Amino acid sequence: MSETIKINIRDLNLHAGKNHILKNVNISVPKNKITVILGPSGCGKTTLLKTLNRLTDLNPEIRVTGSIQIDEEDILHTTSDIHDIRKRMGLLSQRPYPLPMSIFNNVAFGLKISGRRRKKILHKRVEHYLRQASLWDEVQHRLREPAISLSIGQQQRLCLARGLAVDPDIILADEPTSALDPVSSAAIEEKFIELKNNYTIVVVTHILRQARRIADHVVFMYMGEVVEQGPAAEILHNPQMEKTRQYLNGAFY
Amino acid sequence: MKERPIGPKIFSLNRYLKDRVGETWMIIAFVMVLLLPFIVGAGLYLKSRILLQEHSIWTLLVSGNWNPQKGEFGLAPFIVSSLWVTALAVLIAVPVSLLSAIHLTQYARKWFLNAMHPVIDILAGLPSVIYGVWGVLVVVPFVKRLAEWFDISVSGYSILAGAIVLAIMIIPFILNILIEVFRTIPEELTEASLSLGATHWQTIKRVLLRKAVTGIISAVVLGVSRAFGETIAVLMVVGNVVHIPKGAFQPGYPLPALIANNYGEMLSIPRYEAALMLSALVLFSVVLLFNFASRIAIVQFEKRV
Ligand SMILES: Nc1ncnc2c1ncn2[C@@H]1O[C@H](COP(=O)(O)OP(=O)(O)O)[C@@H](O)[C@H]1O
Ligand SMILES: [Mg+2]
Repeated sequence: MSETIKINIRDLNLHAGKNHILKNVNISVPKNKITVILGPSGCGKTTLLKTLNRLTDLNPEIRVTGSIQIDEEDILHTTSDIHDIRKRMGLLSQRPYPLPMSIFNNVAFGLKISGRRRKKILHKRVEHYLRQASLWDEVQHRLREPAISLSIGQQQRLCLARGLAVDPDIILADEPTSALDPVSSAAIEEKFIELKNNYTIVVVTHILRQARRIADHVVFMYMGEVVEQGPAAEILHNPQMEKTRQYLNGAFY
Repeated sequence: MKERPIGPKIFSLNRYLKDRVGETWMIIAFVMVLLLPFIVGAGLYLKSRILLQEHSIWTLLVSGNWNPQKGEFGLAPFIVSSLWVTALAVLIAVPVSLLSAIHLTQYARKWFLNAMHPVIDILAGLPSVIYGVWGVLVVVPFVKRLAEWFDISVSGYSILAGAIVLAIMIIPFILNILIEVFRTIPEELTEASLSLGATHWQTIKRVLLRKAVTGIISAVVLGVSRAFGETIAVLMVVGNVVHIPKGAFQPGYPLPALIANNYGEMLSIPRYEAALMLSALVLFSVVLLFNFASRIAIVQFEKRV
């Protein structure tokens, strides 16, 4: 029954200037499962995902302490190249932000960055990842068109394909369906369930029903703290903490 | 019945009238603004028409002979000078502004960017005659020295001096736009690129600069338009010698300087006024066409990024 822990967050604290944003966060993310992070707006979910990807490095005001073990390597205190660490995680944001280039080049971007430029191989890889994101059929005849000519739902799947193309083993998604129509949202959810065989997936959401549909593991956060975490069935149906119960009953968002 | 005096009715009629009058004035103002370029253009054309009836426009534009007393009005020396000074100024100003904007928005601390804003605004607001004086005191001697270094003996009053002064004058304007352009690119785009393993510099080169391309075009257009028409500061350092300049150390005589130096004097010479009006028309048309072309370019790029 023992599951492998893919990401192990210990005593994580994050300060931005005088604000204490993440407070003593401890989270265990199981491998090849979908972990859903729930919590009201402003509780630090986005900040947590950015910390995982070391995007918090961009802001000189932010101080992070504690440890984040991924496959036994503490990515906060490592000698590994930060760009390689980021490539181990694909990132989906709240709205799709396609790169200002063609559909093809969006997916090829990560590959080209890491020096793979052979045309034939690139084309094969791009097709592969577009298929993985269920976008190939819709775009195969317009690969050279600008990515912004796609619909929002297609753009989000393109962002997924582009993230998968750098061959990560973790997918981080921050409310990935909040800007999408129901059909596109369902497509993304299905994709996650399909992808979890090969990836460890962390999804932030504020949609309870979405959590019920896709979560294996649930983390509930409130005001920068983890209130409760565990298997989805336990947390969603039989929460131990009063705050979690209130949230699940829709007392606050 | 006390509640229904006729007051409100008059009041509302009054309001209605004000409203209509306001609307009419707004339309008039709007149409004026729309027509202004045409009025200016038409005025310049009418004033220069006599000259255009006697010589073909082409001869006037490409001829290098400027002898008003003999009735020769070749504008080439002035057009070439203007092109030289503007091109050089933009060539200096754009890279400097672009690198500064990238530094300020991507690498510098926030407080530093905030501190720079008033400085840039002050530089943008200085009267151009101050830049001219500064150019005479600093830039002209500098260019003289620079030329000596190349074993060329000149006064320093030159195309290059004009271009440097101009560059410094337009940098604040270009920089202001570019800072805004880079600041309005969503942070998530940078994060997306970084999360794919790109370095910060790769992100700037391959993603942010592409995203900024229409903004950069707008900034360059503004720079060119200002530089092409700038008069006083350039006129003070550029030498004002009528000839077709063959190098950056040579003096030049740009179109705005020609008009400013000579309008109102020597107008007794036949066709002289018409020639000056024609040079104004050339100046006006170049700026207009350039802006028009750049709008087309921007629309094209906006579809792509
Ligand atoms: N760079 C920052 N500087 C200061 N405060 C920040 C910064 N980023 C986020 N915050 C604050 O941290 C808290 C958590 O934000 P966020 O992680 O976006 O929450 P969530 O994604 O759960 O809505 C918010 O109160 C927000 O105002
Ligand atoms: Mg958020």
